Amino acid sequence: MEKSDLLLSSPTSEEILNLKLKSVVIRRKILKMLHLAKSGHTGGSLSIVEILVALYFKVMKYDPKNPDWGNRDRLILSKGHAAPALYAVLAEIGYFQEEELWRLRKLGAPLQGHPDSNKTPGVEISTGSLGQGLGIGSGVALALKLKQNSAMVYVILGDGEMQEGMVWEAIMASGHYKLDNLCAILDNNNLQIDGKVSDIMSIYPVEDKLKAFGWNIITIDGHDFSSIISALTLARTTKGKPTFIIAHTVKGKGVSIFENKAKYHGVAPNDEEFEIAMQELQKQEEDLLNG
Amino acid sequence: MDKKATRDAYGEALVELGKKDPRIVVLDADLSGSTRTAKFAKEFPDRFFNMGIAEQNLMVAAAGFAITGFIPFASTFAIFATGRAWEPIRQSIAYSNINVKIVASHAGITVGEDGGSHQAVEDITLMRVIPNMHVFVPADATETRKVIEKVVEIEGPCYVRTGRSKVPIIFDDNYKFEPGKAHRVREGKDVSIIATGIEVYESLRAAELLKREGISASVVNMSSIKPIDKEIIVEEAESTGRIVTVEEHSIYGGLGSAVAEVLCQSLPAKLKIIGIKDEFGISGKAEELVKYFGLDSESIAREVKRFLNE
Repeated sequence: MEKSDLLLSSPTSEEILNLKLKSVVIRRKILKMLHLAKSGHTGGSLSIVEILVALYFKVMKYDPKNPDWGNRDRLILSKGHAAPALYAVLAEIGYFQEEELWRLRKLGAPLQGHPDSNKTPGVEISTGSLGQGLGIGSGVALALKLKQNSAMVYVILGDGEMQEGMVWEAIMASGHYKLDNLCAILDNNNLQIDGKVSDIMSIYPVEDKLKAFGWNIITIDGHDFSSIISALTLARTTKGKPTFIIAHTVKGKGVSIFENKAKYHGVAPNDEEFEIAMQELQKQEEDLLNG
Repeated sequence: MDKKATRDAYGEALVELGKKDPRIVVLDADLSGSTRTAKFAKEFPDRFFNMGIAEQNLMVAAAGFAITGFIPFASTFAIFATGRAWEPIRQSIAYSNINVKIVASHAGITVGEDGGSHQAVEDITLMRVIPNMHVFVPADATETRKVIEKVVEIEGPCYVRTGRSKVPIIFDDNYKFEPGKAHRVREGKDVSIIATGIEVYESLRAAELLKREGISASVVNMSSIKPIDKEIIVEEAESTGRIVTVEEHSIYGGLGSAVAEVLCQSLPAKLKIIGIKDEFGISGKAEELVKYFGLDSESIAREVKRFLNE
């Protein structure tokens, strides 16, 4: 692939509107899945919607008809508990039937509580045990370099996940091997199950730490499409270093009753909450369409 | 009898296979000189990756290579491979049924002088319990080569246990290794000794000692711990009715347990499990430790006789 292929065009305002509308659709599906499943991770699924939408609807190369296509960009959801967000996107782009979403977490269903690559097309590798995705991504990135394949590897991590020692092994290795085909994205919502990341076990100042390990650091608003896309573009064009995008996000983003509440880390919406959420998303959609 | 450490056979086999198969890559965690992956590193520097002293990352990075179409071998000492990195192996390799070959050296007490901290006597147990994982324990250098050739063909995670010390070469080049297939290396009618790893040789010698006392012992090389050869275990139970297992490993969860699981559910027979009792290793010379822990041929013969007199 020529280097020019790596450059992404800046999104037009129409494109951004479409991405925003797509995010509403994805959020609606996430909440319906979780509501039907009666369990699952609401907050951390909603916080990465814009990141996933930007990746899958603007940035990444892939082929749902040929999930093993060798030149595809890879996404590893290291914070596997945000599986509903990934599933909603994978169904939307045609990796599997939308009906499967409504059987999330049910006995015999392909959509497991956490991503399972043996059961769900489009999932590169099973995740869910925190701390392991970045190391896997570094292995994929090394392997792609060995193959002289210019595909990119994206890994989405949670901020609480950065407390896992293994993450720092992977950060060290990726910096050491100068894996410029690797882009980590931190879902920095500053909440974990027991409370604020900064109170439970602070990972901050995370930028300085990552920089010291030889990474290219970009800090953005993780819900702003222009910022996300320009950061992902920079990650693709930066040479000699892996890129860590620190995406400031809001846990539970998009539904006021879930926003910034640690309680909704691992709790699905009940009937009443689901109704409120659907109404809010409806309003957001109307506002977007009415400009 | 020629002697060679199984880790040396591993290092040589890797180089040979690496010449034939460009998909093979090797990852190590700063022990390439000891695990013998350094030979591969020297021959194929582009396909060797030192991950530093970070065994968890070693395993998941290997998984990354596997899902990108390579056949990664991940090597370090058995205690760090199966102990430190157990959960990453479970989650990121076995759970997804990823094609990673974990070949660990310095298993068992024959690590010697480094002592108990470095002597894995639990690794077979730890790997055997994980779904999708194959567990192979070669008995000598020849079998090590055959096992390594086989794990390249197997699609899925494999654990291969190798050792630090030189051990006698029992098998010639005609030896064939098949997963789930044990070899009866000596016929006998009074008692069956089922052994694995370096204890196959010790058991063969024990059988010789027993013969002098009029006891006819069969010896089975159970190098494929998982899948295990149920048929041969049942055959031995039918023919001798008395089974002794011998392993350079804890008596809990290893070969003895695997054999017990088959016997209890198929054809109950009297069973004696010889291995490391509920304790850690200690420093000493490898051959001293083999005797200290009762894993030498004389000790095995003595235990077998005691067992037959029970």
